[in-house]
Amino acid sequence: MILLLRIAATHVRGRMRQTVVSTLGVALGVGFSVAMASLMDGSQRDFMATLIDAIPHVEIKDEQRNPTEQPATRHYDAVAFLGLRPLEDLRGIRNPTEALAALRDWVDGDLAQRLGGQAVLRYSGQDIGLTLMGVVPTRELVVSTIRNDMREGSFEALDTTANGLVLGDSAARRLGADPGDTVTLTSANGVAKRFKIVGLFHTGMTASDEGLAYAPLKAVQILLEKPDIVNSIAIRLATISDAKDVAARAERQLGYKAVSWEEANEGLMEAFFVRNVIMYTVVGAILLVAGFGIFNIVSTIVHEKAKDIAILKSLGFRESDIQQIFVLEGLVIGILGAIAGSALGFALSSYMATIRFELTQDMEITHLPIHFSVLHYAIACLLALFSSAVAGFIPARKAARLNPVDIIRGAT
Amino acid sequence: MSSPAPSEAETGEVLLEARRLKRILPALVPVTLVEDVSFRIGRAEFVAITGPSGSGKSSLLYLLGLLDRATSGEVLIEGRPAEALSSSEMARIRLEKIGFVFQFHFLLPEFTALENVMIPMQKLGKLPHAAQAERAGELLSQLGLADFLHRRPEQLSGGQRQRVAVARALANAPDLILADEPTGSLDSASTEQVFESLASIVKTRRTTVVAVTHDLDLAARMERRIHLVDGRIDYDRHK
Repeated sequence: MILLLRIAATHVRGRMRQTVVSTLGVALGVGFSVAMASLMDGSQRDFMATLIDAIPHVEIKDEQRNPTEQPATRHYDAVAFLGLRPLEDLRGIRNPTEALAALRDWVDGDLAQRLGGQAVLRYSGQDIGLTLMGVVPTRELVVSTIRNDMREGSFEALDTTANGLVLGDSAARRLGADPGDTVTLTSANGVAKRFKIVGLFHTGMTASDEGLAYAPLKAVQILLEKPDIVNSIAIRLATISDAKDVAARAERQLGYKAVSWEEANEGLMEAFFVRNVIMYTVVGAILLVAGFGIFNIVSTIVHEKAKDIAILKSLGFRESDIQQIFVLEGLVIGILGAIAGSALGFALSSYMATIRFELTQDMEITHLPIHFSVLHYAIACLLALFSSAVAGFIPARKAARLNPVDIIRGAT
Repeated sequence: MSSPAPSEAETGEVLLEARRLKRILPALVPVTLVEDVSFRIGRAEFVAITGPSGSGKSSLLYLLGLLDRATSGEVLIEGRPAEALSSSEMARIRLEKIGFVFQFHFLLPEFTALENVMIPMQKLGKLPHAAQAERAGELLSQLGLADFLHRRPEQLSGGQRQRVAVARALANAPDLILADEPTGSLDSASTEQVFESLASIVKTRRTTVVAVTHDLDLAARMERRIHLVDGRIDYDRHK
């Protein structure tokens, strides 16, 4: 193999200019592929991280996925109920303390109970509708990243202020309210209660910043007239990838619908998958084009080195040896291009990571989100090597099949 | 007429045998290159294949060297028929048992004389690298090229290149050297050097040399001469 590699290397060196051009072609392909993959993956991870931080990894809701099984169907095979629907009357999760205790036995993560509902917030003659979330502040702080999103005041103040309220900063701005101000919240049932703003948060997600508020669970239960009731249990897992399994087991155990973050964002995950397929198709196309350069140079060398092929065959080289020489030539260019391309990709990614700007619509990004991963380099390099091997293989097969007698006759 | 002459081969060990060899070049009008050629060649024979241009000398040599396959008939090397062999098996026989010298040296231009001679040894892989270099150096020295080991083909004269090609053909100590017009492109001094090299191989190494040549003076100095006309053996006679 060393001999074949040496012969291949001399051939490639003999066409230095073409080799450099082909290597650059592969390098550009690999470099831009790596940079593009880093950016796409970075943006996906950034988005997912923001999303996962903002929502529970698993959320158990006071809904049922399927209608309750009827006793008659349990006892008689011939019995079936048609047209059954899940119970729509939301009455909350029964025995939340018992449910939480049951989950704590096996769930590797933190749990928090919540009671959510709609309310109208009134301040200085202005009304805005929002989602009011009743929480146990100490528990909420361990299942969410709300602490990091606090801009003014503190979330912990909900624990010490019976009618405290933590509000999104956009909502507060719209109302002209500040921490320390007292606002009135009115439930759908017409119950009104005064709350004191103890903090403002900013998540970067407009829907939350304009339409979400936190208050102590007890106060919300009173406002919504749902004493001792919660309507969701949020779980933050130690291992995010366990979410599906945990949701399935919790649903089996409690009978309530448990939704993992993946299920909650199924459409988004599918969109990301399609985006990745498109990205790697483009990467493949770029490297395919680079492969044409390699095909061109190896074909030229095969044509130029026909005499050498004949003499090597007369010396006892097999067809497979000849084929290996020219495949190696393609691979040598591919490897050089992959190395140079990886360096280029790293440089491009590093540069892009320094670019900063702001978007203030749904999400806020202050820099291009770049994710550095060995996988991006491995995929781009493997695609480049595959493309190089195929590009080298086609002329190599032709070279291996050359009849040495025809070449020798032509030379003499 | 294709009548094998009594030879040393018939009393000694037969190295190479052609049996009713025929080679037709497929074309719109098929061309017969070699027809009904049979002979036996023993070890340490120095054989000339002569004949006018187009008489099938080189074609016969390629068939004997397993570079080409016969349309019919067979080539036997050490009694083993070659026609049934795969192309890989043929390549192995060429590597171990046959050395080629062509009219043009066909050295690899990017490699030095020493490296060119080492290539067959590297391919065979029986000797360690140092021993390959030592043997290649010895072969080149024996052919008067001790001072040119590290020169590339372009830095050598025609005769020197051809002697490097002879050294390369000898690299794996083959039983048979097949030479196609080895002196065809050389001046008289170089021709003499190359001829003497081949003659000494036969004497000192007991290697069989079969050489196609136009040069009747050289052919006359060889032990045996097979003369072809129109692809058939016209005569096969010993000196």
